[in-house]
Amino acid sequence: MSEFKQTFNSSLGKKLIMALTGLFLCTFLIVHLGGNLLLFKNDQGFAFNSYANFLTHFPPIEVIAYLLYLAIIVHAVYALVITIKNRRARPVGYAVHNKSDASWSSKNMGLLGSILLLFIVIHMGDFWFTYKYNNILGFKEYRTNLATNETTVSDYKPEIADFERSISTENNVEIVRVKDLHARIQHSFSYWWYVAFYVIAMGAVSFHLLHGFQSAFHTLGWVHKKYKPIIYFFGTWLFAVIIPVCFALMPIIYYIKSL
Amino acid sequence: MSGHMNLTLKVWRQKNTQTPGKFVTYKAENISPDMSFLEMLDVVNESLTRKNEEPIYFDHDCREGICGSCSLYINGRPHGPKRAITTCQLHMRTFSDGETITIEPWRSAAFPIVKDLATDRSAFDRIQQAGGYVSVNTGGVPDANTIPIPKVIADEAFNSATCIGCGACVAACKNASAMLFTSAKITQLGLLPQGQPERYSRVQAMVAQMDEEGFGNCTNTGACEAECPKEITLNNIAFMNNDFFSAKLFREEHAHDHTGGE
Repeated sequence: MSEFKQTFNSSLGKKLIMALTGLFLCTFLIVHLGGNLLLFKNDQGFAFNSYANFLTHFPPIEVIAYLLYLAIIVHAVYALVITIKNRRARPVGYAVHNKSDASWSSKNMGLLGSILLLFIVIHMGDFWFTYKYNNILGFKEYRTNLATNETTVSDYKPEIADFERSISTENNVEIVRVKDLHARIQHSFSYWWYVAFYVIAMGAVSFHLLHGFQSAFHTLGWVHKKYKPIIYFFGTWLFAVIIPVCFALMPIIYYIKSL
Repeated sequence: MSGHMNLTLKVWRQKNTQTPGKFVTYKAENISPDMSFLEMLDVVNESLTRKNEEPIYFDHDCREGICGSCSLYINGRPHGPKRAITTCQLHMRTFSDGETITIEPWRSAAFPIVKDLATDRSAFDRIQQAGGYVSVNTGGVPDANTIPIPKVIADEAFNSATCIGCGACVAACKNASAMLFTSAKITQLGLLPQGQPERYSRVQAMVAQMDEEGFGNCTNTGACEAECPKEITLNNIAFMNNDFFSAKLFREEHAHDHTGGE
């Protein structure tokens, strides 16, 4: 046990934990984006609401979700511990601000991370908590004619108090009754300041990962002439451009639609 | 005296480790652009001595960029504005006439200020002593070149070995981390055949000592690499991380306590 403690209390051990939790959170972003692209489907939220329903009712996802929350907390706590230690390493600062060559994002990981933590708390409070624990969301009923594949949608008032969802087929019509998270999204993203906050947060994701993704590999000691360009390519284009831009487009498009 | 420069210096003066310090402004007049930065300070010190004032205390030794003694954080950069040189190799022509130059000591909890601009960098010595060596048994002298070393490995080891332990990496790092220095020593010895027997105990012992000294954590910003007078690269840190995790997590026979037991 002391060997274990010694490893993970060392400077490099803490960095290892930062790197591993960070990379885990990166992989989550890909999955999260993949699912949320359903928001771009013009089907009055049928696909998205069904997906949200699947996520909240499929046990293996629950397990991964708790690992994810744990990773976020560990990543944030270790960042704080490391930052405090780093501050103590230079109790008296310089009069002239350091001009050494280093990327802006690499020098502001703490600030960017703090914006992201605030974002995660608000984002989860608004959608995840509301979905799971708050009984304010309405329900939608999607009726799909299996012969023509046409879907009609209507509001649904549950007859029992703790109604969760139902899927049934009557006379060749599939009836899906699910919580309407899509309406919540439409509502939230109709406020310009809310949209602006999301866009700023996605900017923070971009710069955080521009440094973070490749830095994690560096910490792991995985630096190789052959793979470094590949890591930089994914860190820059996938994690710092494509993912944040796609995420930021969601609130922007929903805001434009709401006008 | 055409072409000579007049400068204003804002210099950190501190009597000793315990006494708080402050900036004092001096005039550096009639400075030749061909002087080194340290020679310019010598001129200022001459005039201070003549005025019966305490000269500015700063570390220097070889004055040819190989000893690592001279430090000085000049206008926001260790060893001044130019890349890949030490302060003694910095010439006054880098600055313009009439410029104000701020000179500060290395700032790190692990490098206490001895006086003015001189810091106690013995923390580096202790990291080195913790494992930055190879044990050589006495006996007959082996033939030269009996141990084959591939050229690329020799080159890489030599690149790491150029570290002069000046501490610019610590001074430049926003976290005052000593990982570039420590990793350069670990990489240099870890690459060569002579360093193999102690490779995994060395990395653990040196990292433990580095942590013990109170240096910060690396966040891979690369400021150290940009300021290193010997252009030691960040790849050294990756090499150190790799060996450290390898020793701690995958090499049971090497993973033992190096801090004297708990």
